[in-house]
Amino acid sequence: MAGNIFVITEHLDGKFSDVSFEMVGKAKELASIMGMQVVAVVLGSGLAANGFASDETLFVDDVRLGQFNPEAYGRVVEALVKEKSPRLVMFGWTAAGMDLAAWLSVRLGKPCVAYVKGLSVESGALVASSQIYGGKLIADVAPEGDLAIVALLAGSFPVEAGQGSTLAIRIAAPVSLEGLKIQFVESVRPSADDIDVTVQEKLVSVGRGIGGKENLELAEDLAKALGAVLTASRPVIDARWLPTSRQVGKSGRKVMPKLYLALGISGAPEHLEGMKNSELIIAINTDKKAPIFNYAHYGAIVDLFDLVEAMLELI
Amino acid sequence: MNIIVAIKHIPSTADDLPVKGNNLDFDSVDFVMNEFDEQSIEQAVLIKEAVGGTVTVVGIDLIGELDGALYLALAKGADKALKISADDPSVDSHQQAKWLAEAIQGLSSDLIFTSVQASNDLDGQIGPMLAAYLDMPYIGGVSSVEVSGNTATVNKEFAGGVGAKYALSLPSVIGVQASSKPPRYAPVSKVRQIAQTVKIEELAHSAQVENSAGLIFKKMAPLIMTGRAEMFTGSPREVATKIVDLLKSKGLA
Repeated sequence: MAGNIFVITEHLDGKFSDVSFEMVGKAKELASIMGMQVVAVVLGSGLAANGFASDETLFVDDVRLGQFNPEAYGRVVEALVKEKSPRLVMFGWTAAGMDLAAWLSVRLGKPCVAYVKGLSVESGALVASSQIYGGKLIADVAPEGDLAIVALLAGSFPVEAGQGSTLAIRIAAPVSLEGLKIQFVESVRPSADDIDVTVQEKLVSVGRGIGGKENLELAEDLAKALGAVLTASRPVIDARWLPTSRQVGKSGRKVMPKLYLALGISGAPEHLEGMKNSELIIAINTDKKAPIFNYAHYGAIVDLFDLVEAMLELI
Repeated sequence: MNIIVAIKHIPSTADDLPVKGNNLDFDSVDFVMNEFDEQSIEQAVLIKEAVGGTVTVVGIDLIGELDGALYLALAKGADKALKISADDPSVDSHQQAKWLAEAIQGLSSDLIFTSVQASNDLDGQIGPMLAAYLDMPYIGGVSSVEVSGNTATVNKEFAGGVGAKYALSLPSVIGVQASSKPPRYAPVSKVRQIAQTVKIEELAHSAQVENSAGLIFKKMAPLIMTGRAEMFTGSPREVATKIVDLLKSKGLA
């Protein structure tokens, strides 16, 4: 089967994100089965882009692509796909890829699969496995037609398989980048006035199960008793019960503490991405089907408030 | 400033999600408003309060139960609510976005909010698709929006607490991750009063395209619980004892 796999890579501050290498590695595996070539696509400005194990790396080098801009990136990717007719376009299901994959799907009239955790070839056709409904269901779907767009959850494939030394071919933007309606203004860095949760040895982390802001004190007491820092999953942060610096997960921090005690966290893929490599994970949840129990070393199905109070008496 | 909020009614992930054939058993699940929609409604109302204008909420009514979500949006400060009745719980994101785009084209809009994502966005999210259908720019993962004149300034979140500020010429579509302030509370009495006095306007839609997402469902199954976690059983006190013993044995307590 002829055609290429396009991997739309991502970078921040000149460094390519792990998911870029994960996608290239997975693409190579699929390409060898389907008789295709892997093209790593880099959009940026003045980057060192020779680190992929792709068959080819295309580097669209333009100062207007130096920072992620969904409109500029969208224009370039759409033009490249129209010009080169790949069979498969891979994005990360990330802050950047999420702006582009579904948009491109409608622009091109081609199917898109999001939340992708696995990709395989069945009877010569691509099958994507997606982790939907907060990670509770796995959907296996086959995209119809001659081009599919997939958006992959970070942390699904090994990074090493995508690392290599293919010399990047620098090209000019294949489309005009004039008249953009979205302009990058400035980067926003995390404020340095709170604790850096990525360097803590012990974290007590709360999720939706904590119920309300008034209940945080109990979790904070347990964190103090254990010499740990209190962190949270996204619903707690979006409710502004804790500052964003305490968020663990895809849009928060990636942590690997010696202890991660998860209280009332179900384990949506976005959260697991940020904590699944912790040395010891203990999960407390009242839902026995909570995906977090697939990643925790120890778990218990009990009321978290009763448990925390009992732990406080014992420590 | 005419602000539109496109919401999505989705199966609740709080309960069991039974499978029937190759898809969710839609008859056995409750539908709820996507949690991120509360954030986009709040963001829209905050902008209305800051610069004036109207907020119109619109959604696809999949099972004839969207009114509750729309009443809630009105109770939180939206001015108008519209629905497009589908009577099919399995309508994919592509079809929903197409219908929403048709509806929004008939409205004069400066700013369109959607949620950043929904847990059932198998074929992608409504926001970027809506932008593509409407030929407007899209930016998602947004955690604050300010409007001045014909420009919206937004903060987009990347990983690790890093973000970036962008300026958008209006009209634009924005996928909200979190509003500038936490969503406000609407008292049940207010929602009830609205339910008794407001009639939700219904919009027509074009013919449904069969499998508009272009995905063939091969299989759907619950996440296989690999049972990696060793489960502690007993009363909370007994579980607490086991956990504390474990932590002490590892020098962690």
